Amino acid sequence: MLEIKDLHVRYGGIQAVQGVSLSIPHGAIVTLIGANGAGKSSIIRSVAGLNKTISGEILFRRHAGEEAVSLMGLRPEEMVRRGIALSPEGRRILPHLTVEENLHLGAYSRDDKDGIAEDMEWVYTLFPRLRERSWQKGGTLSGGEQQMLAVGRALMSRPDLLMLDEPSLGLAPLLVREIFGIIRKINEDGKTVLLVEQNAYAALSVANYAYILEVGRVVLEGPGRELLEDPKVKEAYLGG
Amino acid sequence: MSFEMFLQHCFNALTLGSLYALIAIGYTMVYGILRLINFAHGDILMVGAYFIFFGTFAFGWPWAVAAVISVLAAGLLGVIIDRVAYKPLRDAPRISALISAIAVSFLIESLAVVIFTGQPRPVLQPEWLTNAWQIGNLRITHLAAFVPGMTIILVCILLYIVYRTKPGLAMRAISKDIETTRLLGVKVDNVIALTFGLGSALAAAAGIMWALRYPQVHPYMGVMPGLKAFIAAVFGGIGSIEGAVLGGVALGFVEIMTVAFMPELSGYRDAFAFILLVLVLLVKPTGLLGERMEEKI
Repeated sequence: MLEIKDLHVRYGGIQAVQGVSLSIPHGAIVTLIGANGAGKSSIIRSVAGLNKTISGEILFRRHAGEEAVSLMGLRPEEMVRRGIALSPEGRRILPHLTVEENLHLGAYSRDDKDGIAEDMEWVYTLFPRLRERSWQKGGTLSGGEQQMLAVGRALMSRPDLLMLDEPSLGLAPLLVREIFGIIRKINEDGKTVLLVEQNAYAALSVANYAYILEVGRVVLEGPGRELLEDPKVKEAYLGG
Repeated sequence: MSFEMFLQHCFNALTLGSLYALIAIGYTMVYGILRLINFAHGDILMVGAYFIFFGTFAFGWPWAVAAVISVLAAGLLGVIIDRVAYKPLRDAPRISALISAIAVSFLIESLAVVIFTGQPRPVLQPEWLTNAWQIGNLRITHLAAFVPGMTIILVCILLYIVYRTKPGLAMRAISKDIETTRLLGVKVDNVIALTFGLGSALAAAAGIMWALRYPQVHPYMGVMPGLKAFIAAVFGGIGSIEGAVLGGVALGFVEIMTVAFMPELSGYRDAFAFILLVLVLLVKPTGLLGERMEEKI
């Protein structure tokens, strides 16, 4: 579905990503893990069109068997129209808008009223707590609920590729498990998921395939289950 | 002061305040989403007034038709100004757009002098607006009812757009987080253009009514109302539409009532607005309804 080839990302003088190549097959959950500053966020922000100083190639195939199109140089507002949604790091929900308004904003690129209502229902089924709080301002939600809102909002554009940037950030372990359970469910409902995480254990547990990044390069890759058992990964990312 | 006189002043204050409110909305909306003080905003008022002047005199259109066309044309002008003067500077430091705004203001004023000459011109006042109701000693012109009434209608339409429509939702989102809004698929530049269009249309509506109240047009007629409406927007809490309306009406009352109760100070009339600005900035810089805005990084 997504093919990244030799991606370089610069911020001012810093090379945040130095020649990364990834491949995300249709229907998979693929995760990028690594420490702070490893370049994980830079990669998915580049896919979302938020980074301008990038080089390399990003190819996207919305449906299997289609001709691949380049995403290079496209603006962020065009990405959701092509089937790619990003739930950004730090949730970035709009605190002064209600839960329902946040979700409607996620569907901004769409005009199909019935489809939007259907997806709204689906999001509320995935996250029943959002339904209870639909008239509350986003800023009054707890951290976990805000994360659910951020994921739900990204789903409202009816993407085929859902990118999640650190969905476990700042959440209690129980909530992390809940969120990851829902990510798996979203995947089973047919969405391809690209997951960026620092919580390596949780990410590797759900992922079909994983890339481990260090200072802007891929240092290790493999199926999630295998990496969980890998002694080097255990030592460096899973606390031995 | 007799009660009738007081009521008379109240109507005057309400009329003037309504006009400030309409202009202040444009300042506050643009500031809300771009953190830009659009100094050319007051000049849109003047352009709107000239449009109706030419519509009625040169083309002989009925007043109401000319008014609607002027408002639409001024809205379009606002969109064009954004495209030409502000959009290329979207990623530049904020001060650049501010300087550009001042330049646009001077450009519009100077162009108006060149095209329309500096000569003030009288404006046609439709008869149904100059008539008055006489209640005892109280004389209320139809205009004194028309201006606040029209303002209420326009503000209601605006609030409907902002709070009940999709582009309005996008406007409110952009005011807090432009990058995230873009990420969600909102074509931000179109929403910003709409904001300029709406603000400019309201300023032109104010300009048209201003020209009814003080029945002449000249190229610098927008400067002082523009400045005062800016003060009203700050007073009400810049970024808040409700605040702009409240601030505008409040400023109208401050101005009219100080002169009414202290006629010897009438020469300082314009100064009151600026004193109010200094006081607001000293005591409550966020204004009446403004929330604290964290600096955008």
